[in-house]
Amino acid sequence: MSEQQTPDAGRRDFLGATAAATAAGLGFVALAPGMQLIKFAEANASTNAATGQFASSKVRWGMLIDTTRCATGCTDCVTACATENAIQPGSGRPGQSSQWIRKIELKEQKTGREISLPMMCQHCAEPPCVDVCPTGASFKRADGIVLVDRHSCIGCRYCMMACPYKARSFVHEPLTQQNPEVPRGKGCVESCTLCVHRVDKGEQPACVEACSKGEHTAMLFGDLNNPDSEIAKRIATTATSQVRADLRLDPGVRFQGI
Amino acid sequence: MPRRLLQLLLLLLAAVALPVHAGEGHVPKPVLTIEHPGQCIAPPEVMRRTHMDMLKHQRDKTLRLGERGAKISLNGCIECHASRKTGSVLGSNENFCQSCHAYVAVKLDCFECHQPKTGMLKSAATAGGQP
Repeated sequence: MSEQQTPDAGRRDFLGATAAATAAGLGFVALAPGMQLIKFAEANASTNAATGQFASSKVRWGMLIDTTRCATGCTDCVTACATENAIQPGSGRPGQSSQWIRKIELKEQKTGREISLPMMCQHCAEPPCVDVCPTGASFKRADGIVLVDRHSCIGCRYCMMACPYKARSFVHEPLTQQNPEVPRGKGCVESCTLCVHRVDKGEQPACVEACSKGEHTAMLFGDLNNPDSEIAKRIATTATSQVRADLRLDPGVRFQGI
Repeated sequence: MPRRLLQLLLLLLAAVALPVHAGEGHVPKPVLTIEHPGQCIAPPEVMRRTHMDMLKHQRDKTLRLGERGAKISLNGCIECHASRKTGSVLGSNENFCQSCHAYVAVKLDCFECHQPKTGMLKSAATAGGQP
């Protein structure tokens, strides 16, 4: 052992001496470009934050769904999502069609109480789909929106298996009718994007807009981190819950009345 | 015998050289019609060489960092360069993207997912009164 350690120690000494020499001789020069780079990055961040162009980590987008207001049989949110994101049923195999949002009807056996709710990507703070992705295609944006980078998605579908909410779908057939703002294509996994292209423009997700246009107004979208936002106030004053909170994924979508 | 060998060699050479020579005229030159003439984001010689790098860097900024309204944008390319006839940058060798990519034999993967046509915006569709 000691024989093996000796050359290592020698190398460390050599490296240490070199580093010290560099620091003494070239330290300033070596440091200056690094500082410049950091300065550049900071300058860019501040200008972009001023124009509101970049996703900010100060924001955490989330949704509150009031199941007591969500009507059984109403599929306005599903239709709006399909229109906005150009989701069409595939040819022949309805079981394979993409499902970014779906309606679920639940019944409590003992009491007979029935509730209806929309289920979609829960935009977890600790998303398991991101953990399992072998290519880094599945990722979480700074503002908490979980997305798939189709440029690096290889369609392995690990994320579909990892997701406890069955939120992701795989595109089996070639597509032609995409919304230019929502690129989608065969061979990639996809899920609710929280209408990120709309959110970045300061608009609300299509499902929330459709729900509030109807008489139900069961969906509320906003910044969970901003204490002045309506969603944060509602969450602070009423009892809400996360689905499968025991998994400790901290979903950004919260439910009321389940 | 050596003469025969030489003849055979010449024949072989001719066989190898001829198709290449004949093939030169067969790949049509790209047809670059600028449908909406105006200022592109960079001079043509820069665009020709670096448009792929521009798009590759910008796609990560847009998707991962959420930068919107950037100067470099694939939808921006399509808005200007889509054919007036078909409204698309693809379709035939006369359409902007396809004509060059066919000429240089580079696969055009963008439009497996991205929309190659103009006028497909959902907001534009609702504003136009379409269902």
